[in-house]
Order: sequence, then C-alpha cells, then structure tokens
Amino acid sequence: MPSDIFACFFFFRHGILSPQHFEPGAFTVLADYGYVGILLVAAILFTILLLLIPLTLSLLGVVPRKSNPVKTSTYECGLETIGKTWVQFNFRYYLFAILFVALDVLTIFLYPWAVNLRGLGLFGFIAMVAFFIILLVGYVYAWRKGALEWK
Amino acid sequence: MTLLEQFQLWLASMWPDWAAYITPAIVGILVIIIFVLTMVMVIIYFERRFMARFQIRLGPNRCGPEGILQPIADAIKVLFKEDIVPAKGDKLVHWIAPIVVFVPILMIFAVVPIHKGAILVDLNVGIVYVVAISSLSTVGIYMAGWAANNKYALISALRTIAQMVSYELPVVLSILGVVLMVGSLSMNQIVDSQSIPFILLQPLGFIIFFLGTLAEMNRCPFDLLEAESEIIAGYHIEYSGMKFALFYLGEYGHAVAYSCIITTLFLSGWRGPLLPPIIWFLIKIMVVFALIVWIRSTIPRLRVDQLMAFAWKCMLPMAVINLFIVAAEVLWLPEVFPWIMIAVNFAFACALVLLWSKLFVLGGGRVEV
Repeated sequence: MPSDIFACFFFFRHGILSPQHFEPGAFTVLADYGYVGILLVAAILFTILLLLIPLTLSLLGVVPRKSNPVKTSTYECGLETIGKTWVQFNFRYYLFAILFVALDVLTIFLYPWAVNLRGLGLFGFIAMVAFFIILLVGYVYAWRKGALEWK
Repeated sequence: MTLLEQFQLWLASMWPDWAAYITPAIVGILVIIIFVLTMVMVIIYFERRFMARFQIRLGPNRCGPEGILQPIADAIKVLFKEDIVPAKGDKLVHWIAPIVVFVPILMIFAVVPIHKGAILVDLNVGIVYVVAISSLSTVGIYMAGWAANNKYALISALRTIAQMVSYELPVVLSILGVVLMVGSLSMNQIVDSQSIPFILLQPLGFIIFFLGTLAEMNRCPFDLLEAESEIIAGYHIEYSGMKFALFYLGEYGHAVAYSCIITTLFLSGWRGPLLPPIIWFLIKIMVVFALIVWIRSTIPRLRVDQLMAFAWKCMLPMAVINLFIVAAEVLWLPEVFPWIMIAVNFAFACALVLLWSKLFVLGGGRVEV
C-alpha cells in the first residue's frame, strides 16, 4: 500500500522509527518497491491513455465508426470459419510444461546459491553437482521416453 | 547511490516528505516512457532501412530526409484507424490484452541503468525482477489469442506459451553465469564489476542468452507465433488501430528492453572510454539490435519441432555445462590473468558448439540418447 510507505517514510524522517527498528536495508527495500508500484500505476495509466485517444477521436467523428457484420466476422483468410474455436483440444506441449515447472523452480533456487558461491566454497559446488546428477537422471528418462519430441 | 536518490535527498531538505518521495519517481517514469518511445521509433526506422539494405532495396525514404519521419507517419496512420472488435470474441479480454502486453515491458526499464547512476530503482534482486516481469507479457499474448475467437490466433497463442516455457530455462541458467561472477543480483553492481565485458569471459553464456532472448521476444528465426505463411499474423489478426499499435510497440519495446539487458549483462552497460556513458549505452543497444536484424534477414524460420528440440536438447544442456564451467572458474581460478581465461572460455565455447552441431546434423534435429 502506498500510504504505508508514506507513513513509514514520514516516521523514519522524523525519528519516530529509528534505523535500529529495521534490518539493515529493510527501509530502502520498502521505498524501492514503492517506486516499482508507482511505475506500475503510471504504466497502466499511460497505456489506458493511449487507448483512449482513438476512442475520443471516434466520438468526435474523426476516426470512422462504421461497423458491419462482415467487418466484425472472424477473419480466416477469406473463408468462413467452420465450427467453434473455444473447444477442448490436445495442446501437445503439456509434457514440456510439466518439465518446465519442475526445472524452473530449481533455477530460481539456484540464484541464492550463485550469489553466495564464494562463501560456500567447495561444499556448495559439490552439493549442486549432486543435485544436478539427480536432475540429470530425470532429464535422460524424459528424453528416452520421448517427452522431448514434438509429436 | 543513484541520481534519483540524491534528487530525493535534495528535495527532502525543502519539501514535505511525501512530495520529496513522489517527485523523483515521476521524473524517472517520464524519462523511462520518453526513452522507450523514442528508442522504439528509432529502431523501427533502423530495422526497416537496414532490412531493406539486406534485400537490395531502399526502404522507406519519402517522409522527411531519408525517410526519418516514417515512424511518426505510421503512428498518425494507426491513430486514425477504425477500431474493430470481432463480434464473436470476448470483448473485455480483447480490450485488456494490449495493456497486459505493454505494461510489463515498461516495467522492465525500472532496473535498467542507462547512465552512471541513472536507474529508477536499484533493486537488490534486479535481474530476477527482469526475468519475472518480462515473462508476464506472454499472458497478454495468450489473452489476445484467446479473445479473438479465431483459430489461427489461438494456435499462435499456444505456440507462444510453448516457446516461452522452453526458452525460459536456458535464459535463466545463462544469467546465472553472470550472477556467479558478480556475486550480486543488482544491475548497478553487475555493471560495476565488468572491467572486462562478460561477453569475453563467458562467450557461451552470451550465445545462449542471446538466442534465448530472441525466442522470448519472438524475433526471427523463432517468430513462429506470427508465421505469416501458415497462421497469417498470429495473435493480433483481429486487432486494428491503437490496440494493434500497442502490440507493435510491445514487440519492439521488448526488443529494446532485451537489447538493454544484454548490454547490461554482457557488454558492460554504460561503461566505456572517452564518450559519455549514455552515448556508449545507446551505441551498444544499436549494435545488439543490428545483430538481431542481421539474424532476421539471414536465417529462415524454424519448424515447431526443431524449435522445441533446439531448446530442450541443445540449449538446456549447454546452459548447464556453462553454469558449471563458470562456477569452477569462480571457485578455483579467480586470480588468473584474464586473457588466459578469455582464451580458455572461447575454446570451451567453440568445442561445445561444434559438438552439439555435429549431434544435430546426425540426428536431423531428432537426437536420441
């Protein structure tokens, strides 16, 4: 909430909350994410503003608004569309998606390891090698079972 | 300390706190929006002229000197187009989709240092933030494909997700090489620690990251989602006017964003001799983008099965190998003379690329274990 950030900033500035109340860096992190939040709001407003310009112009009659059934029909290279679009169908890549979910969690887990590798030293390296060997078994299994083929 | 933080401290001595907090944010956001829009116009013009040279023609040269006003003419044309919403489509999602595509791309620029200290927020998780935010616009593309109620658009949207799912992993793993060398996730520190650009120290990581980002921003040769010859234009078939323009902006905004990220991670960001940092940064962005255009005009589009095989059988194992090579070098060879490291790493990269290309030729794209 932006108001919380303001309150926090206010208390901090006037010494009601002293730096000892926070972990080192905690306050700046909060203020940083406040900026990201402001950017999010500004980006959404900017995009909506861009979309509103032609709407306003069409209300003023500058941009044409002559809709007809042919114009708003589905465009598939000139032929009329057959059947429904929103049906259940086999989207083929669910095995990739499952592999992705398993491996992507791993990669996010790797980031703290990568930041601290110098501190962890040899032990950290060996631990990660062992971890990757376990993953390798799963990867080779998926490959041999044909999960990596687009059929 | 970033420029905006200094600005904030300076304001705090005169203004009430909330104003001193908000004003730098607004200034920074205006700079970001102006930077993105200007760069998008520049690279659209640049790509059209540069592509034309590859195809032995002139490209746009009528609006203004050397056609330099062409992007502005395009923008005005798009502004006056009639807005068509398909009658059978999902109208609400159809309206929201361009916003969902474009907003994350603006958000990426929050952590891009375009000059010494010129960054909106120097997040301590900078590069993870980029990875997280940049994948959000895929959701917008899927929404667009779904809302159009058009089979081609839906196929395109599903292809996008398959592509995103496959190429996210090599990209994230190749960033890890940089993180290992820097020991931090903050974008400012990544730039600060590159006295030698990381493209020299880990060429393999650069190649994987570059190809992966090509796939993520849906550029040739990975632009299967808008393959004109098979699925006409993909997810934005049913869009016109300003909403189409937002997708177009989004696509090129993505290209700018990833050029910036590649520059920051591998080409030492704004650092460089003689010229001011911002000029170096712009030069490096344009070089990266020129490389993207070069690839687009040289290499034909892949098939879907080749695309997936390339991600899972080629790039993923190479990214893991790269990760361990870099980790071993960081642990055991931190003090070695850099030129030796550069030679060793180039040798590794060449050997691995040659090995994998042999595998792919033998298997015809379908390698078996």
